[in-house]
Amino acid sequence: MTKYSHDMLIGELTRLSDSKPGIMQALQRTQELLGFVPDTAIDQVADVCNVSRAEVYGVLTFYSDFRREAPADVVVKVCVAESCQSVGSRQVVKELHDHGYDVHSGNQKDGIACEQTFCLGNCALAPAAMINGKPLGRASATSILAAAKAAK
Amino acid sequence: MTTVFIPRDSAALSVGADLVAEEFARLIRERNLDAHIVRTGSRGMLWLEPLIEIDTADGRIGYSNVDAAGVSELLDSGVLMGNAHASRIGVVDEHEWLAKQERVTFARVGIIDPLSLSDYEAHGGLVGLRKALELTSDEIVEQVTESGLRGRGGAGFPAGIKWKTVLGASADQKYICCNADEGDSGTFADRMLMEGDPFTLIEGMIIAGIAVGATKGYIYIRSEYPHAIETMNEAIDIAMAAGVLGSSVCGSSKAFTLEVRAGAGSYVCGEETAMLESIEGKRGMIRPKPPIPALVGLYGKPTVINNVMTLSAVPMVLANGAAAYQALGHERSRGTQVFQLAGNIAQGGIVELAFGVSLGELVDGFGGGTLSGRPVKTVQIGGPLGAYLGPDAWNVAMAYESLVQAGGMLGHGGIVVFDDTVNMAQQARFAMEFCAEESCGKCTPCRIGSIRGVETIDRIVAGVEQSKNLELLEDLCETMTDGSLCAMGGLTPLPVRSALKLYPADFGITGGQS
Ligand SMILES: Cc1cc2nc3c(=O)[nH]c(=O)nc-3n(C[C@H](O)[C@H](O)[C@H](O)COP(=O)(O)O)c2cc1C
Ligand code: SF4
Ligand code: FES
Repeated sequence: MTKYSHDMLIGELTRLSDSKPGIMQALQRTQELLGFVPDTAIDQVADVCNVSRAEVYGVLTFYSDFRREAPADVVVKVCVAESCQSVGSRQVVKELHDHGYDVHSGNQKDGIACEQTFCLGNCALAPAAMINGKPLGRASATSILAAAKAAK
Repeated sequence: MTTVFIPRDSAALSVGADLVAEEFARLIRERNLDAHIVRTGSRGMLWLEPLIEIDTADGRIGYSNVDAAGVSELLDSGVLMGNAHASRIGVVDEHEWLAKQERVTFARVGIIDPLSLSDYEAHGGLVGLRKALELTSDEIVEQVTESGLRGRGGAGFPAGIKWKTVLGASADQKYICCNADEGDSGTFADRMLMEGDPFTLIEGMIIAGIAVGATKGYIYIRSEYPHAIETMNEAIDIAMAAGVLGSSVCGSSKAFTLEVRAGAGSYVCGEETAMLESIEGKRGMIRPKPPIPALVGLYGKPTVINNVMTLSAVPMVLANGAAAYQALGHERSRGTQVFQLAGNIAQGGIVELAFGVSLGELVDGFGGGTLSGRPVKTVQIGGPLGAYLGPDAWNVAMAYESLVQAGGMLGHGGIVVFDDTVNMAQQARFAMEFCAEESCGKCTPCRIGSIRGVETIDRIVAGVEQSKNLELLEDLCETMTDGSLCAMGGLTPLPVRSALKLYPADFGITGGQS
């Protein structure tokens, strides 16, 4: 994934500055391009935004979306909020765990990672999941893993 | 040529709407049928998705729960003529669930192609904006004030008063910020509006801009909503190209431009000052108030912050007049509320009605009870910071003040239903856990109190020194309520206390305690 050189990344980030890019937006762009935010990008974001490394680090660690390592090929977001709880998301989480996927740590196995999230806005067709950005309603551990394998 | 309407709303996609659309397209081509597909938002009858509609002389006929494998057979049965079929639900507009509603903000959602500006105008779009362009700033603000429109994001603050403050502030730059963070479980109205009728939000924001003298707006959309982000961005581009947005709004002397900013997975960034920090690219830390954002907001400038539903009600207020909107509602809650039925519910989705409908009518009437078929034990209204209520609250009128009187809060209007298998100690524990996870960290009661809360609930459930730990939990709740800067820490005790009060047995409390 890391096909962006230092200069290219700086170039991309600088282009943001027309619209007052904040640190967060620069990090989002970095993650869009690289799939994650490598340590080496922190300096570059700090340069482009004209802030200290510490400030970049502060933003990077505040938001749960940012990754410090390359993501799995297939990332499954599993909703664990109340509407999904009411129709069995706790059971879904348990079954995923039995299959080797821990939604708390988001561990990678066979190119798939399952990560917990709080609400995907599909609360009337719960339990809800999202597989590489594709929504899945009335989800079960079985349908989640089938969709994840199909997405590989 | 027959039109086949197939939703592109992400809830519909989650149960296969894209596959259905692909299969229709393939078979229309293969069989050389005189038909074409239009993708729409969703009608909000989510338990019927994918719900497709066929345009006939009698109206739009619906077929529910269509799956891709069944499309060929549907076509064989003559659905393009609106013929009989087991999945046929009749004329969709006449469906009891919809016919009983008062769709104002959601009037076009599910009906039009969300990205067709001509569809939008043909269905009453831009009328409000054109009227606003003929009014003075004061007159627009007065209309919004007279309509009684209150903020739909949670606090219910009168929109007109907020706008007036921003209008009265003098500055070289002002902003309109739309809060589309919609983090509450059980809520999806903002998402469905943005995916199903984005021009309504754009129109509402332009009117707000003209009213207060702001030329730039931001829409802060949570990253969990990739489809809404994409649709809003496309709609903004279309509106720019058509001159609805830009340096001369609809050919007038007013300028207004819009930009989407995406969130990054933080619930607390839905709080308005944290949202401003986040739009500026910083950590989502709550700002102390005062100063209020209306005076010192985004980049320190006067800023209107409103929820998607608040801003999306504005075009209708202007188009039909403040009195028409004001005429709907209950006591000091005027207009309509877009209720969202979610969780363990047979018929979940969007119910837009004037304020004042009873909770029971929503859950049992519209919702049809639980999905599991078991008795309803409790509902949580207003998201993770909202109270749990039991069926003895079924008569409560759904409006701001009456819900507060019943010990609850309306919040963003989401209702999450649970059947009798739910364990309320587990739900109370989750409320504390969620607060610990999402706290911005500024206040100790919120950051640490919530972690202690989880431990204390665990001890109560385990039967360890129960009365002492109940007292401790009560102390914690009080400290969080009184010592938190924002509602994250301040309202987390609401679901915890209500669960404990209504369902002590679930905490292993047998005596007269609680
Ligand atoms: C923790 C927390 C989360 C919030 N989340 C949202 C949200 O997701 N969307 C929203 O519109 N308002 C949210 N609010 C309320 C906002 O702070 C603010 O009141 C609202 O955006 C104002 O718009 P309105 O007057 O149109 O409701 C939240 C408040 C708190 C304390
Ligand atoms: S109550 Fe919690 S979320 Fe709100 S400002 Fe304090 S620490 Fe932050
Ligand atoms: S609570 Fe799971 S999608 Fe909303």
